[in-house]
Amino acid sequence: MVVTLAHYLAVAAMLFTIGVFGIFVNRKNVIIILMSVELILLAVNINFVAFSAYLNDVQGQIMAMFVLTVAAAEAAVGLAILVTFFRNRGDIAVDDASMMKG
Amino acid sequence: MLQGIAFYLLATVAVVSALLVVTARNPVHSVLFLILAFFSSAGLFVLLGAEFLAMLLVVVYVGAVAVLFLFVVMMLDVDFVRLREGFARYLPFALVIAAVLLTEMILISLAVVNGGAAAGLDTLTPATPEASNIEVIGRVLYTDYVYIFQAAGIVLLIAMIGAIVLTLRHKPGVKRQSVATQVGRDAKTAIEIKAAVTGAGLNPEELR
Repeated sequence: MVVTLAHYLAVAAMLFTIGVFGIFVNRKNVIIILMSVELILLAVNINFVAFSAYLNDVQGQIMAMFVLTVAAAEAAVGLAILVTFFRNRGDIAVDDASMMKG
Repeated sequence: MLQGIAFYLLATVAVVSALLVVTARNPVHSVLFLILAFFSSAGLFVLLGAEFLAMLLVVVYVGAVAVLFLFVVMMLDVDFVRLREGFARYLPFALVIAAVLLTEMILISLAVVNGGAAAGLDTLTPATPEASNIEVIGRVLYTDYVYIFQAAGIVLLIAMIGAIVLTLRHKPGVKRQSVATQVGRDAKTAIEIKAAVTGAGLNPEELR
């Protein structure tokens, strides 16, 4: 049972797909959509780290760290927007968000 | 052998809990499964020899981001059942998209493994004993990537300021302590001396 690079890439591909799937099926719930985005970024991180480990190059881990940073910032700002939106609307349904345009 | 068992265990837990994140009825359960997915991924990182990143994942995601999600889910009083409307309607379309995407990504992965830059790399190179993972990262991060590192700090700062600006609000009618006003008082503005006429008594209206 040797674990190859392909195994890790397959896991990352599955996590990425589940993230995209989650965005499609939970189109009204912003919280789940944000969590799906986190899953997608986690899949990207797994890809980065797997390549970094198998190519024996540390750059991939550095990039994964920056992805982690941006993901944390994105989660914080996204949830802040969500809280503000909830205060104004009393609800978080995404299809009502179009009222903000113009 | 042991590595294989650990890999399959962690990978299965990660994928199953990720699936439960997007399908759970209760968002609180979703957040808890997200935490489990991140924990298993941290385990995968340890298997890959990226210990520092694994610990970072646990600290940043489980310690901060997931708790933030949990805070928001519990703080907002939302009817989550109504938000699940259309789940069954979007499901077939989403399954088709997911199947296509997964097939494509697996094919690309196989192509990369068989013919790309990582061709023929079947085994992990064992970590060099003279430098630990965190030491290697530190050597590169603070030299070659120092500007990007600083930029990451700025990104975090701006995100923090943005989150505060978005959520901070001043309620009207709330009395707060104003230290400047308190310290700025002196006898001239705080006290007023009124001449009272002897024997005339005090009229409360005049004293105002």
